Amino acid sequence: MDHTALELIELGAVFFTLGLLGRLAGRIGLSPIPLYLLGGLFFGTGGVIPLSGIEGFTTLAGEVGVVLLLLLLGLEYSATELVTGLKRSWTAGLLDIVLNAAPGVAVALLLGWGPVGALVMGGVTYISSSGIIAKVLSDLGRLGNRETPVVLSILVFEDLVMAVYLPILTAVLIGVSLVGGLTAVGVSVAVLAVVLLVALRYGRFVSALVDSPDREVFLLKVLGLALLVAGFASAMQVSAAVGAFLLGIAISGSTAENATKLLEPLRDLFAAVFFVVFGLNTDPATIPPVLAWAIVLALSTTLTKLGTGWWAARRAGIGPLGQARAGAALVARGEFSIVIAGLAVGNAAVDEQLAALATTYVLLMAVIGPVAARMVEPTARWVRSKRPSAAPAPSAGN
Amino acid sequence: MKAVNVEVTPLPGIGVRKDFALRNGRRIGVVTHRDGKIELIISKSDDPDACLAEIPLTTEEAGALANLLGAPQLVAQLTEEHRDLPGIHTRQIPVGTPFDGRTLGDTALRTRTGVSVVAVMRAGQVHPSPTPDFTLTAGDLMVTVGTSEGLDNAVKILKRG
Repeated sequence: MDHTALELIELGAVFFTLGLLGRLAGRIGLSPIPLYLLGGLFFGTGGVIPLSGIEGFTTLAGEVGVVLLLLLLGLEYSATELVTGLKRSWTAGLLDIVLNAAPGVAVALLLGWGPVGALVMGGVTYISSSGIIAKVLSDLGRLGNRETPVVLSILVFEDLVMAVYLPILTAVLIGVSLVGGLTAVGVSVAVLAVVLLVALRYGRFVSALVDSPDREVFLLKVLGLALLVAGFASAMQVSAAVGAFLLGIAISGSTAENATKLLEPLRDLFAAVFFVVFGLNTDPATIPPVLAWAIVLALSTTLTKLGTGWWAARRAGIGPLGQARAGAALVARGEFSIVIAGLAVGNAAVDEQLAALATTYVLLMAVIGPVAARMVEPTARWVRSKRPSAAPAPSAGN
Repeated sequence: MKAVNVEVTPLPGIGVRKDFALRNGRRIGVVTHRDGKIELIISKSDDPDACLAEIPLTTEEAGALANLLGAPQLVAQLTEEHRDLPGIHTRQIPVGTPFDGRTLGDTALRTRTGVSVVAVMRAGQVHPSPTPDFTLTAGDLMVTVGTSEGLDNAVKILKRG
């Protein structure tokens, strides 16, 4: 068979399988991310059907997937929302970092992966999946709940942390000195501040640069600018993903809304490829040795996210059931944990088992998260009915 | 009349929640998504933080609901004003599909039934004293004044054309 024909068939088979997996995920009410990862494990190195010849395309497409994931994350929030979110939730946000990065850091150190491994695993266990969480909140009809703004502002804070964390991680991974690392921190914080300021004051100019009434022109301009910014950011060792995220923040108003609508299908496609590539590069044989650790991490970080949400909701004056719901809503980890692990995989300073641990962890958390969000309310009500004296029922009159 | 204090809460990445507390402590309001989707929300009676239901509404449905909630108040006011005139009634009449996109003049209500159209309610907005060239939309509510018989005829005309 001709080379191109084989590649087309392989690529077609991968996409079609992903489509079937996505449909299955929709049926059972799960995020498709864990199934995409499983799909990658199935096709890839040491998997059931190893594929060959399409790596060139899939690797680049996976990178584009990361750029689009972060670009759409930036488009999702306006600069105003980010600034108010930062003001409102910074205490809860700091608690979130401490509680949820700690288990990842501890496990990485226990496994002897050193400070770089600890930095990566801390990020993997810290960052919640805003994609999964937004979908779960909407599916469960909780957008009108009073604890929902608390949950959303923690997510906003986490995304801002990502904008600082990713450049640091990139700098550390290329092996810079302490001074170099601190410079990366300084530069990324300064760039973030400038972008927020520009977006708040002059966002319409950036929007005007990409806006066009013609869908095709608009799509090409937005995508082109995103890849340009990501590429230059990457060349300056800042992290391509962060460049795209900052561009997303700078584009605002109706331009951002239109861009989101146009880019969503592309993001879904390329992000799916990214998850598959991550799975492809993970040898399923490396999973069993880290399975126990993944379970330990999953359990401990479920508890720490519950604690974070509970504390934040309590401070916002939400009742006991709402506190439990806020905690459980935050549990899901997904796309961004894989983005972080994806940056680190293949780096000499990072242990080979890290990819396997991150994959297994996200597989668990992307399933536990939505289930926890669904189960929390019946469970909390049951617990309260068992101990009626311990926690008085909230009065109907507020 | 007691003023209602509507609370506006931004939902980053989703839209805006606008709601207020009812006299009995429950909350009622809407979540407006960025793309214009509207959801009606009502809080649970035993947990004021949670929602009993989130009901997605199209723009047309939200408008129709706003009419239903707003029109009776207007009708009650008009009825009060016409109380001293026996035989004169006020009624709200929905505009049917036959007049969708046509003008008020096309209905020839005044000539055929003697009924006066005081206002048209659309999407919760009152359009007072509409002129004959006012374009109607199916789902509008006409606030009309006339005799019982005239009003009954007007209902039939607006329904069937």
